[in-house]
Amino acid sequence: MQRIQPAFEEASEHELRLIRGSSGKHYAQIHNGAPFDVFLSADQIRPMLLVQEGIAPKTSLITYAQGQLALWSRQGELNLNKKYLLKTDNYRVIAIANPRLAPYGQAATEVFSKLGIESLVNEKLVMGENIAQAFQFAFSGNADLGLIAYSQALSPNMRDQGSVWLVPSELHQPIKQDMVILNDSEAAAEFASFMGSEVVREILISSGYLLPVGAR
Amino acid sequence: MLSQPDIAALLITLRLAATTTAILLLLGTPLAWWLATTRSRARSAIEAVIALPLVLPPTVLGFYLLLAFSPDGPIGATTAALGLPSMAFSFWGLVLGSAIYSLPFVVQPLQNAFSGLGRMPLEVAATLGAGPLDRFISVVLPLSKMGYLTAAVLGFAHTLGEFGVVMMIGGNIPGETQVLSIAIYDHVEALEYSQAHWLAAGLLICSFVVLLMIYSANRKFHLMKTV
Repeated sequence: MQRIQPAFEEASEHELRLIRGSSGKHYAQIHNGAPFDVFLSADQIRPMLLVQEGIAPKTSLITYAQGQLALWSRQGELNLNKKYLLKTDNYRVIAIANPRLAPYGQAATEVFSKLGIESLVNEKLVMGENIAQAFQFAFSGNADLGLIAYSQALSPNMRDQGSVWLVPSELHQPIKQDMVILNDSEAAAEFASFMGSEVVREILISSGYLLPVGAR
Repeated sequence: MLSQPDIAALLITLRLAATTTAILLLLGTPLAWWLATTRSRARSAIEAVIALPLVLPPTVLGFYLLLAFSPDGPIGATTAALGLPSMAFSFWGLVLGSAIYSLPFVVQPLQNAFSGLGRMPLEVAATLGAGPLDRFISVVLPLSKMGYLTAAVLGFAHTLGEFGVVMMIGGNIPGETQVLSIAIYDHVEALEYSQAHWLAAGLLICSFVVLLMIYSANRKFHLMKTV
């Protein structure tokens, strides 16, 4: 979003104000009348709920990006791969986002069960309240490994640090991220269509996301 | 109703608050005594350090603790050198964090109680031949009962409600570091509002009962004194 914001403001006469927070908190706030124009969720459930509750129009519901999961360690030059993750003696503590709250956490548990290491990993698991916190645990070195968002590993401050392995997408369900428009202002509509533009697609890809399925 | 993990979170929270309060009363007593009696210039600086958790956001404390616990942080390196397990994501890590976080709530009431004693009772006891330890146990402690009660209640209650520090260093491990405030937060985030209500109301009632018991005990104590 930090890269999308200036691109949007350059292309439009509108100004974009970002309000960061977890999808669950924003959902509760919007549900209780928060004056937001657009809601970019990290999952699909909460935008869908807002549509079902009649707070957001169904036509505005689109998938704007698809997240990728990555295995990350603060230690550089580790040869992270499937084998490394499978050999649970390699690490003592592994951080993930809370699977109940965060789609990346959910995806991480799917990877464990697909690899058949659920029970082995269980006692090594620490959970962040969100993916940012899971990354903090791994970044500070308190967790040897973190299953985090690929976009975090590629962020400008982290790009040259640590070791990373992009987890193959067949090991988990797609991490689709949806958005809805919350009012019928011209600015909101303009931003929504900007999210499908070539500029944004390029930013998404270079930031570690996949394009939503169906988008060209 | 309360699920198994919720009950575990409740027990962890009570254990954390009780352990932290006990440790703080033990360590806070000499510290508060020193602050109440010293003429050292360092006093103001120490008082300011103790009061820091009142001002700082808990996430600041939590973030620095997380860095300190890391393998090359000062605490992490020390525990590793001693062959101890890492403090991060452990119950004792939470105890350390909570003790720092709740320190002013225990030290300040004790310091006030000790300052309020004045020199008289101790000097009288000394002329009657009581040694330092005897003077502390049979004069200072009984006269500072109110201060201890306040310190214990505030320390316990403040740790019960702790959230930011635990979130930063806990890792949300059920039965180890998942405390009540985190469990409530998770329920709210997961849109499980009715479970959140159960826990939140439970915490509210529990806190009220604890405070009520202590205040009634306190009142009886006062009545006894007047009789």
